Amino acid sequence: MKPDLSIDIAGIKMKNPITVASGTFGYGPEYADLVDLNELGAITVKGISREPWDGNSLPRIAEVFGGMVNAIGLQNPGVEGFCEKYLPFLRNYDLPVIVNIWGKTVVDYAETARMLSDHEGIDALEVNISCPNIKEGGISFGTVPESSAEVISAVRKVTKLPIIPKLSPNVSDIKVFAKVAEEEGADAISLINTIPAMVIDIDKRRPFLANVTGGLSGPAIHPVAVKMVWEAASVVDIPVIAMGGAVDAKTVIEFLLAGATAVALGTINFRNPLTITEVVKGIENYMVKNDFESVDQIKMNF
Amino acid sequence: MDIEKVIVEEHEYVGNDYSVLKFKAPIVAGVASPGQFIHLLIPRLEGSILRRPFSIYKVEGEFIYILYKAVGRGTKVLMEVRVGDKLSVMGPLGNDFPVCNEDEFPVFIAGGFGVAPLSFLAKTLPVKGHLFVGGASNCDILCIDDFEAVDCKISIATVDGSVGEQGFVTKPFMTWYKEFGKKCKPVIYSCGPDAMLRAVGEFAVANDIKCYLSLDKHMGCGIGACLACVQKVYDAEGTIVQKRVCKDGPIFSAESIVWEEE
Ligand SMILES: Cc1cc2nc3c(=O)[nH]c(=O)nc-3n(C[C@H](O)[C@H](O)[C@H](O)COP(=O)(O)OP(=O)(O)OC[C@H]3O[C@@H](n4cnc5c(N)ncnc54)[C@H](O)[C@@H]3O)c2cc1C
Ligand SMILES: Cc1cc2nc3c(=O)[nH]c(=O)nc-3n(C[C@H](O)[C@H](O)[C@H](O)COP(=O)(O)O)c2cc1C
Ligand code: FES
Repeated sequence: MKPDLSIDIAGIKMKNPITVASGTFGYGPEYADLVDLNELGAITVKGISREPWDGNSLPRIAEVFGGMVNAIGLQNPGVEGFCEKYLPFLRNYDLPVIVNIWGKTVVDYAETARMLSDHEGIDALEVNISCPNIKEGGISFGTVPESSAEVISAVRKVTKLPIIPKLSPNVSDIKVFAKVAEEEGADAISLINTIPAMVIDIDKRRPFLANVTGGLSGPAIHPVAVKMVWEAASVVDIPVIAMGGAVDAKTVIEFLLAGATAVALGTINFRNPLTITEVVKGIENYMVKNDFESVDQIKMNF
Repeated sequence: MDIEKVIVEEHEYVGNDYSVLKFKAPIVAGVASPGQFIHLLIPRLEGSILRRPFSIYKVEGEFIYILYKAVGRGTKVLMEVRVGDKLSVMGPLGNDFPVCNEDEFPVFIAGGFGVAPLSFLAKTLPVKGHLFVGGASNCDILCIDDFEAVDCKISIATVDGSVGEQGFVTKPFMTWYKEFGKKCKPVIYSCGPDAMLRAVGEFAVANDIKCYLSLDKHMGCGIGACLACVQKVYDAEGTIVQKRVCKDGPIFSAESIVWEEE
């Protein structure tokens, strides 16, 4: 029997458990010549803010052993730019759209969520809480339980769309933040965002990235992400979307065994966007081999 | 644009860390035009996740050539690739050089491996032009034969004076421009180090010369998704916007570029 790869996350019907990590797949059109977007369970677009944002100076990325460090700085066309330029394109596909949002203040987050909720063709909001909180001296919302709660509850109040807070790995106990999200009315959680990192140019004897520090992504962070997903999934009832260094069917299935309902492919898209197709096939093969009829059975057998 | 598994046909070391790699890539070769680049996955590059961008140097039937310099970890490992090896190539990527009119005079200004896309371009233009090529020393002066084959005039400059005029390539170009620049309608095509591009671009804008520059930025995705490679430019209304070098470039007109403060 052909296994059923479809899943349901907070009412979002995905034909398979694979999505893409925000910021690694643009807004849809960029990869559409290479990848049939309909093969994705859902698309997660790059982070959107209330107003357009320029991001950081260059260099913005550095390759490191096992991954890369980025400090793109959340460049984006803003809510209106996104809705005009990209949403009509995305509506042509049989593809749930998850819009990643961010802000510098709680009001920014809420306003961005409210504005997006007025538009047709958006299925969920992923809330990137790893941004500096300007009012609190730039400490990330995502590293203080109270600030996380404030952002999530503010977004919850202004939208009926499913909301998916995206947790920062830069905390001592991820379970606390997973529970905060659930308590504040999140429909699912996603993790992990990049891990704070720095690269030094030894010839110039100064930081390599213009922003000095950045976020590590790619295969190097996968075991860290697996542990955090496993911990987070153990304390909440809402579904978990896992990401962080998944590169093939094996690394994706690890996440599913650790308790994730869906998995996002991130940095690997830069190397080979066709990994999406290979992974979907690989999950199916794994389910056949183990006599699993539904994706849920994977985590039930861990 | 496609991702193609290609087979290495030839790999020749041409001296001073430069090599030419030829591979069979029917899909990419079928649609490539001058100025475009490929994003190459270097095989057996331990711990590496990203591809590397290289300009398309030549297209012959189903074959593509790149000319590269070993500058870092990836390009050094690339030198070990053997004939028959399979590589993954994404391409062709980016925009191409606008073709000049028959009443215009193409001027190519190249530094180091920047000569590669210009050689491809020189073969396809409707008129012969003049190449100004520069480098640190005589072993950095490449592809002269290619330009001779299409009857291009050639001027060389090297920093150490080992061949051609001593100094930067902009020197012989400016001398030429004083004498002939006003008598023909020059169109500049330039590719090379940032400092050279800027000098060429600013000169072109100051003298009202049509000028296209091929920019070089570190790249992640290579197809416009990650925003690692942006350049500030003036759009049609004169507003400053950020364009992606990999997707909206690598070729930009000199007057559109907003140069950063030094
Ligand atoms: C559009 C374009 C066309 C190019 N065409 C050519 C060509 O025809 N021939 C050629 O020899 N080189 C070309 N380059 C430069 C070439 O991409 C780099 O030399 C190469 O990526 C260096 O890789 P590495 O691993 O050896 O260096 P490392 O310094 O070890 O690389 C580390 C990281 O930095 C990136 N990087 C380092 N230097 C550059 C650079 N100058 N440009 C972009 N990324 C860089 C690498 O891709 C890698 O991600 C081109 C670059 C661009 C953007
Ligand atoms: C270039 C780049 C840009 C990113 N942009 C965003 C973003 O805008 N919003 C966000 O929440 N996460 C962003 N991320 C983080 C990823 O979505 C993901 O959480 C992280 O990269 C870990 O997954 P990976 O190792 O599979 O890439 C970005 C990552 C990269 C590499
Ligand atoms: S390299 Fe990703 S946008 Fe240009």
